[in-house]
Amino acid sequence: MVRILLVEDSTAMRTYVRSALEGAPELNDDLEIVEAASGFDALRLLPRAAYDLVITDINMPDINGLELVRFVRQSERHREIPLLIISTQSSDRDRDRGLALGANWFLAKPFTPEALRHAVTQSLSGRSSQPGDAAGGRF
Amino acid sequence: MADSGDRAREEFLSEAQEIVEGLGRDLLALDEGLRASRLDPSLINDVFRAVHTLKGLAGLFGATRMASLSHELEELLDKLRLGKVDLTAAVLDLLFRSVQLYGLILQAEKEGRDQVIPQVDELVRELHRNADGAAVASPTSSRYELDPSLLAVLTEYEEHRLRANIAQGLRLYRLRVQFQLATIDQALDELKAMAKPHGEIITYLPTGAGADADSIELDILMASAIPVDELRRALASGGVDLEEIPRRSSSGPSSLSQVELERSSPVYAPPPSGRVPSLAPPLHPDELIAGPKGELGTLRSVAQTVRVDIHKLDHLMNIVGELSIVRTSMARLVERLRAARIERDLAADVHRLQRTFERHLEAMQQGILEVRMVPLGQVFDKLARVVRQISREADKLVNLVITGAETEVDKLIVEELSDPLMHMMRNAIDHGIETRSEREAVGKPALGTIALNAFQKGNHVVIEIEDDGRGIDTTRLLEASVRRGVISPDDARSISRSEILTLIFIPGVSTKREVSETSGRGVGMDVVKTNISKLGGVIDVQSEAGIGTKMTVTLPITLAIISALVVMVEDRLFAIPLANVQEAVVLDPGAVRVIDGREVVTLRGSTLQLCRLARLFELESQATQPTTNGWPTSATSGAPGSVSNDARPAPRKTSTRQYVVVTAVGARRLGLVVGTLVGEQDVVIKALGPSLKGVRGFAGASELGDQRIALVIDAPSLVDELHAPGGERIRPLIASRGSHG
Repeated sequence: MVRILLVEDSTAMRTYVRSALEGAPELNDDLEIVEAASGFDALRLLPRAAYDLVITDINMPDINGLELVRFVRQSERHREIPLLIISTQSSDRDRDRGLALGANWFLAKPFTPEALRHAVTQSLSGRSSQPGDAAGGRF
Repeated sequence: MADSGDRAREEFLSEAQEIVEGLGRDLLALDEGLRASRLDPSLINDVFRAVHTLKGLAGLFGATRMASLSHELEELLDKLRLGKVDLTAAVLDLLFRSVQLYGLILQAEKEGRDQVIPQVDELVRELHRNADGAAVASPTSSRYELDPSLLAVLTEYEEHRLRANIAQGLRLYRLRVQFQLATIDQALDELKAMAKPHGEIITYLPTGAGADADSIELDILMASAIPVDELRRALASGGVDLEEIPRRSSSGPSSLSQVELERSSPVYAPPPSGRVPSLAPPLHPDELIAGPKGELGTLRSVAQTVRVDIHKLDHLMNIVGELSIVRTSMARLVERLRAARIERDLAADVHRLQRTFERHLEAMQQGILEVRMVPLGQVFDKLARVVRQISREADKLVNLVITGAETEVDKLIVEELSDPLMHMMRNAIDHGIETRSEREAVGKPALGTIALNAFQKGNHVVIEIEDDGRGIDTTRLLEASVRRGVISPDDARSISRSEILTLIFIPGVSTKREVSETSGRGVGMDVVKTNISKLGGVIDVQSEAGIGTKMTVTLPITLAIISALVVMVEDRLFAIPLANVQEAVVLDPGAVRVIDGREVVTLRGSTLQLCRLARLFELESQATQPTTNGWPTSATSGAPGSVSNDARPAPRKTSTRQYVVVTAVGARRLGLVVGTLVGEQDVVIKALGPSLKGVRGFAGASELGDQRIALVIDAPSLVDELHAPGGERIRPLIASRGSHG
């Protein structure tokens, strides 16, 4: 059983991620994806279950993805959860900050379902892409 | 996977549509802000985020045209929001154009066309050039005692806003609030509304402290011009703990917590524990209690709404239509059972059951109708953009005043309304509103006004477009109509003013001597009228020279299902929409007079023109006459118009009683002479199909149960035909377009 919290304000993007992961043979073993439509939604949903992975966008209104990453890494309870950032990469700045705050992986939009599955399996197994690592999840 | 892929794509298209509509609204607000020299930076960021999301989605779904447009726009918007490029009217024009092009792209994506759209390429090139525009100097920095970890979580935009506020010499505040998770959205909105007049909220930071499983503590960074006490008073009711962030003394020693904003570098490499120093006091241990996996059923808190394809609702409505037919048949059975006076208890039970069924069916129908409803604001926003664009092109000053944008109409009607309304709006600016100098010369304010009003009236929605322009020149309109042979010189002498105004709806009549850029593209008010009629609506025009013109469109709220009066003419069934029916009276043959070649009766003191449907549809002699005008008259034509009801007994030929169904369309009335009144019924209208597209006079066909089919009378077009000034007294309703001219 793998439970993923997906934090993303675009419904279509959530559906895309969901269909990419639900169709993956390597992940299909009892996968549950919980969707949060905003940073606040994520804060609401975080304490309600134990998650194996949090996937988050950066550019969201009110609480952005970086703030969410920081919150998770500071929280006694959630700090061990692997974090995967999915965001459009306009500059290296946000990616580097995200990784510096403790995200495990950064995947630049747009990405293929395969790239997403790769990033998810890597993040789940505790591997990380490093700040400044140009290949950081990009395919 | 293929299915979910399709679903994702559908969601992409509808979400993109929504985003583009929101984008248009934001641009209008920006336009207003720009003119008032009061730009809201968060609005620019919203526009950036919208385009940013579009770019991300377009990339995923292979919408390359949208991706490249979004990419260039994003570059420009990024510079705008980071203050590197100034927002000017010219830049705003580019943004407005992009909204229009997004519309084109989305249309092409929906239809699966992937050719190059030249305008998109052109705008992409233009944006590319524009993005290299002059950069604005970065705001100067100042020093604040901010925790570096705070800066580490700011997005580039938030950091920019922080710098911009500091550069303006504003004070920085830290607001600490505690929110209940359950009501956080509402509480946050209230706090935002309270804070907005006093400054700008830069970021929200969950502290992780002082919280339990049901609440959360936030640090909010806010910039404001007002002193701490004043801000504290302003936010008093929000339960806010407020603290001003001190400015660093210029000579003070540098410390870890004092950050020079100008060159703030992100804090790399989190401590091994994953802990990051906090803006908040040391973190309390998390008191949140883990629930066992899979035990909690409360994880589905996100989706309060679902998107539904309108065709799925159509399908549901069709099922409701079928059920209505069952209901009618059932009611008849119950009637027969009761009339037979046998098994009375059983009959009463069935009757009760049938009533319950009826009630639930009505509730279901109502429910589906409500789901289909969307606010007219969707189309009004588009109109506002058009007004902005055209008034700029025509160099006229126009103020658009919208009321009733929240009025709801069937989604399909809203979609179809946008073109006709757009055209009327173009007309109002192009032909209605005068140039500035003309207006000033007649003592009007230079700023012209167009009022766009919507409101519900019974089962109808009324939309008015009223301008304070020059009005329609009826003399010239009449001259043009005579010249084009639309009306005979004789008729022209006796025509009333309101009749003259209706001439604008006849093809080929225009008062504008030269063809204009905007309205004169060969699409005239006749097409507007045809489109409105297709929606079951009517359009009226009022105009006073020098004062203005008012167009009134009256539409049914939905097309999905209508109440109709079912009548029989000879042996055919017809349905007349109840919305058009005023009353039905018995025809007194002795009272019929002929005035000016038209049959009329006097009904309560006023004259009512009659139209004998049997004669109009050439049913009088059982279709033995060949028709010269192509009207399908006999069963051999195989058209739905000739469906016979052979399952029914032949009507009693001995009965000579006839009825007049008084139909009203706007202020005009017409008495339809029919054989029998069969009853009232809710009907689902089905289109007649492409082969009968040219036939006027019918809105469609409808199944009534018992395999009987009725043609649905298009009352507005009948009334038009028979009231047409100078037209034939009763003209056949078969028409190819342009038969007037």
